[in-house]
Formats: sequence, structure tokens, C-alpha cells
Amino acid sequence: MSNVLAILEQRDGTLRKVSHEVVTGARRLADALGGEVHAFVCAAGPISGVDAAGRHGADMVITATNAAFGSYAPEGYARTIAERAQAGGYAAVVCAASAQGKDLAPRVAARLGVSLAADITDVGVDGGAVVVTRPVYAGKALLKVRVASKPAVLSLRPNVFTPVERPKAGTAESVAAAGEGGRVVVKGITAAAAGALDVAEAPIVVSGGRGLKEPANFKLLEELAHAFGGRAAVGASRAVVDAGWRPHGDQVGQTGKTVSPSLYIAIGISGAIQHLAGMRTAKVIVAINKDKDAPIYKIADYGVVGDLFEIVPRLTEEIRKLNG
Amino acid sequence: MKIAVCIKRVADSETRVKIAADGKSLDEAGVKFILNPYDEFAVEEALRRKEQAGAGEVVVIACGSGASQETIRTALAMGADRGVLLETAAVPADGLAVARALAAELKDGGYDLVLFGKMAIDDYNHQVGPMTAELLGLPCVTCVAHLDLAAGKGTAQREVEGGMEEVEFPLPAVLTVDKGLNEPRYPALKGIMAAKKKPLEVKPTTLGASGLEVLAMTPPPERKEGRIVGEGAAAIPELIKLLREEAKVL
Repeated sequence: MSNVLAILEQRDGTLRKVSHEVVTGARRLADALGGEVHAFVCAAGPISGVDAAGRHGADMVITATNAAFGSYAPEGYARTIAERAQAGGYAAVVCAASAQGKDLAPRVAARLGVSLAADITDVGVDGGAVVVTRPVYAGKALLKVRVASKPAVLSLRPNVFTPVERPKAGTAESVAAAGEGGRVVVKGITAAAAGALDVAEAPIVVSGGRGLKEPANFKLLEELAHAFGGRAAVGASRAVVDAGWRPHGDQVGQTGKTVSPSLYIAIGISGAIQHLAGMRTAKVIVAINKDKDAPIYKIADYGVVGDLFEIVPRLTEEIRKLNG
Repeated sequence: MKIAVCIKRVADSETRVKIAADGKSLDEAGVKFILNPYDEFAVEEALRRKEQAGAGEVVVIACGSGASQETIRTALAMGADRGVLLETAAVPADGLAVARALAAELKDGGYDLVLFGKMAIDDYNHQVGPMTAELLGLPCVTCVAHLDLAAGKGTAQREVEGGMEEVEFPLPAVLTVDKGLNEPRYPALKGIMAAKKKPLEVKPTTLGASGLEVLAMTPPPERKEGRIVGEGAAAIPELIKLLREEAKVL
């Protein structure tokens, strides 16, 4: 079989956007293998937005329903997906390397007794085998890996597989998933600030370092992020996270998150090697720093040298005008 | 409380990666190796839980080359009681092969808790912990940033996009831990001296076949030389123009 099972992600009954990337990546792989994409989502009931899977190239959309599947149920989801993967004889199982996918994919792979190629940034087929690229050492090197196991279980790094519209018939069906949710029970999600984006998923990241001088000055970055109209997240260097200025989840770098946004704005960040490793795959990098010799300028596409306290408010003002 | 902590020896995060002559791996010459930073949080958490319980044992287990003994000693210097090295020639790209070896070691150990760092900063695999849990049939919570344990069960918080997920689970369990869970202690001189005498068992281990075959390791694509647009706030209009018209990201 040469079909690909694409694992979609939902939260509170709505399809998460990262699912479009998963279907896009799965479509690319299925085209190379000459097979179909079957999109699969675990849920307690119908999922709003699930039809988008057909638009991005799924030949079939399957909703596996179970009363315990409203929130993420690690063991129940893993069992249901592994059973489907086995029954369908898929060539590959593809999910997102999101918070949920990073938890789920290893469980599914272990249940199937196969390896997991995690956090991949490219996928193709060579001589009938699935070949992937995955960054190691936080992107300081790339590993080209042949996945020998069947099915090939892959998780895709968010923000890398830009969704492509490839309309397919996308027949939809709903099946009942048997069994229980499992021993590990998600009680709920305490939301951070309303609409807050995660740095790993945001298309624009505005990051600050020690040059901000004190935690309160991150307000400047929050205002700039806000000016992008809900598309930007605020990130931070390791130095300011270790100093307790910003939450751990905001840290970009080798001991934090590796990000690949379309625009990364580094403000008051000199560019330690472990930070550069975490953001060098951004499509466009802008650096704002007072030191024109700072290492960050070596990888930045555009640099503005000078006092960030003067530059950033002006940038915010101009972005506001644009988004108007 | 009997707690196992599975740790890994990794290249320091300040390492400049040079690719070895085989074109498939890191050139280790001159590289400083450390205890994986996320595993430090796991070791610290284990020590605190044992201290709170007033009794128990913290066992540190690593899978890797003989040099991992040094990494185990670091954890012993922090306060762990004993170490086990599943000695292999190298650590493969395939997390499942490592998980199988660890699961075999842990299986009859009678552990109340098995801790891992959420990932290793070399391979970014994010998988050995939950795979080991599946192989052992134990409940597992990954990326734990906050943890409460009571008799026979626990509550954890883990970061998800846009918030914190609250999770309940029974013990024994496998947990992988995130930065923020605690502040790891530095080994004191006394601890370092004591660590030299603590038991460290080396078990020659043969890992199963890897399902992932590394074809090549390459440097990341060079970024095109950038440019300084200008100085001060006066450069902003030009920057905006470039972002719109040249980079097309606005």
C-alpha cells in the first residue's frame, strides 16, 4: 500500500491550523508514492473546519469519535491511530511536531513497533523508501535519514510545510472509536493571554534579549507584536529567561524552541551560537542592536543599528499604519 | 520512593558543529560533552522527591559509549545513589532502539517513577521517554513543567500552544520534564568526592536494528549575506519598504 495517514489536530472541537500543514506534507509524500491521503482526527463529535483537509489534498477524511476524545487523551488517541494505521496498511503516518504531536507520535510508533522520524523539515521518496531531512543540534546540522520501517511514522516541524490548496473530493466519514480514553487524563487547558500564539507556531516572532535592560521594557515588544494583528508572538533569549524576565515557553534557542517563522525580529539580542541555532531557519531575519559587530548581524537579512528604545516604537508605528 | 532517571551525554549547546569524515556524524574532536540540560531537571526532581519522601533510591541510567560514565558521575555528584551504563558503541538516530534497551533495564526494577528530560539537545528526538513508557505499559506525561504527587497519583502541567495543559495520572508513571520544573543544584565538592565511590554498573549492551538509516549530515544552508539598512529610527521606512517589496513578508 502506498497511502498516507495524516493525523489532524483539534482543540475544543475546532481543527487546528497546523493540520493544514500536515495534510500538505502528507499530500506531497502520497504523490511521490502514488497513493492517497486519508486524514484522521480523534474527537468527541463533529469537528468544525475539518473540510479544509479535502481542500489541502485529503482523499478521505475520517473522524474517529469517542466520548472520551473531547480533550487530548494520549493513550486513547495513540491506540486508535495505531489500530487504524495497522488496519489500513499505510505506507506512512504523518502528524505535526506540535505539543500534542510530540507526545502522540512516539506512542503511536512504539505501539506499531516502528521508528519515528521526528520534527522533519522535508520529505521525499528515493528508490521506494521514505527519505526525510531533520535538523539536529538545534539546526546547526541537517540529517538526511532513510526511514526503513513500515509504516514510516513522521512528525512535521510546524511552519515549514506551507499549506497548499489541492482540492480533492475529500469524502468524509465518521467511525466510532472503541475503548477508553486511558489512564492519563487531560483535565483542561489554562489559556495564557487570550489569543496568545506560541513562538513555535507564530508566522512572525518578535524576540528580545538583554538589550531590553529590564523586564518591563518587553512591553515595547508586546506592542510591536500586537501591531501585527494577532500574527506575532513574543520570544526571548536564554539570558532573559534564565534571569526570570520571561516565561520558559518563550525561549528561542538550542535549550528552548527552534522556530521557523516567515519573519523573525531580534531586538537587543547579540546572537549567541545557541540562540542563532534556534532561529536561523526563519525565512527573513531582522536584527536591531546597538552593537554593529554583534554576531546576530551575520545571519540577519536586514539590520538596523542603534538605540532600540528609539527604533522599536517607530517600527511599531509603521507596522500599525500598514495593518491599519 | 524508588526513582529512575534516564540521562544522556550530549555535546554542549555552545558547540560549533563540525561534520566528521564519514559525512554522517559530529566530529567530536575538541567538543565538550555535558549532561543533557533537560536531564538535569529530571535528576533534580528525583532528588527532591526522594528527600521529601525521606527515603528511597535514585538510580541514574544512561545508554551510550563508555564516556557516558563521566556523565553518570555528574548525576551521582548531584546526589543520585547509583548508576547503570548500558554500554553501546554509539547512540543511534533511532529512539526506539534506545527505548527498548532502557525498557529492558527498567522492567523489573520496581520503580515508582521513571524520569527523562523532555528531549536531548543533540538529536531533538523528543521520543525516548514516551516510547519507553509504551514498551513498559506505564502511563506517561511529557514536557512536565509543574508536578504534584500524592499517594498513588499525580497532577502535572505541561505547556501546549497558548496555555498550560493540566493532566492527571496514576503512579507508577514515566514523566519527561521541561525547563521551569525546578532549578537544578550544582554538584558540591563533597558530592563530587562522594560520587567517585558510588556504585556504577557497566552493562555491555547490543541495540536492536535501527529503523532509521542516516544517509548524510550536512551543514545548514548558508544564509545569504545580509545588510545593514541604516542607523536609528530614521532607517525604519527603508526597512519597511525592503520587507514589503524585496522580502515580501509584510
